[in-house]
Amino acid sequence: MTIREVFEAAKAAGDLRGMLDAVPYTRFLGLDAEVQAGELITTLRYAPHLIGNPALPALHGGTLGALLESAAIFELIWRSETIVLPKTITFTVDYLRSGAARDTYAHASITRQGRRVANVRVEAWQTDRAMPVATAHAIFLVMRD
Amino acid sequence: MSDNKPRPGRGIELVPHNHALGIQTVEIERGMAVLKLPYDQKLVGNPDTGTLHGGAITALLDATSGTAVFSALTQWAPIATLDLRIDYLRAAEAGRDVLCRARCYKLTRNVAFTRAVAYHDSEDDPIASSAGTFMLHTKTGAK
Repeated sequence: MTIREVFEAAKAAGDLRGMLDAVPYTRFLGLDAEVQAGELITTLRYAPHLIGNPALPALHGGTLGALLESAAIFELIWRSETIVLPKTITFTVDYLRSGAARDTYAHASITRQGRRVANVRVEAWQTDRAMPVATAHAIFLVMRD
Repeated sequence: MSDNKPRPGRGIELVPHNHALGIQTVEIERGMAVLKLPYDQKLVGNPDTGTLHGGAITALLDATSGTAVFSALTQWAPIATLDLRIDYLRAAEAGRDVLCRARCYKLTRNVAFTRAVAYHDSEDDPIASSAGTFMLHTKTGAK
């Protein structure tokens, strides 16, 4: 199966697990995604290899960036009627607090879904959703190849 | 300093996530750093094409930009990324290592400003470019 077919099947089954398992990098990071109370929540499961600053310790900025970007892509695939693999055009992360050595959650909202371009905002938090560790906004190309 | 041999012992590889990604130091000068992300199957974002996931490129740009800031400081100080804006210009090619060159082009008392480019062979054919800001002299991670 192509990755698009894997995503179609996962979406039809209402289970994102198959989609996550198909992508090596999401397995490497330890990402999980599930729908909770109608919202798609992406989780970065804490593991020692995600640490960027061992002294604090704090998560590597790249892992938070990858969580936010993945959450945005999952949201676009989840919400769109036809599966198109979104291509990131620009991605901007604001790092608000250091990410502690624990699970991190992210939720994305599509601010505009166009025919060619989608604009997405994403927030990531740990213990308190009102205290995000990082936020991002991203622009994706969502045209079929 | 201009040869392309990885130079161990600079501490980049001691950061757990950089080590997990396989990031290596290629070159460091005052205010400038080149790091390498070797191609690895585990970092693939699209299994159909074998291209690396954007997240791995993000981590490389962040790590290289931070290294450029450290190299610009006259005295070591803890730093934290404030923001990072990335333009994805084209897909990284399957099976090929990605290099990243970052420059800390402005250093103020509190903030460092960086630009970075990720590429295979030449910065003139970039995969991604970024602009970042870093807070200097952060304490215990609180910003």
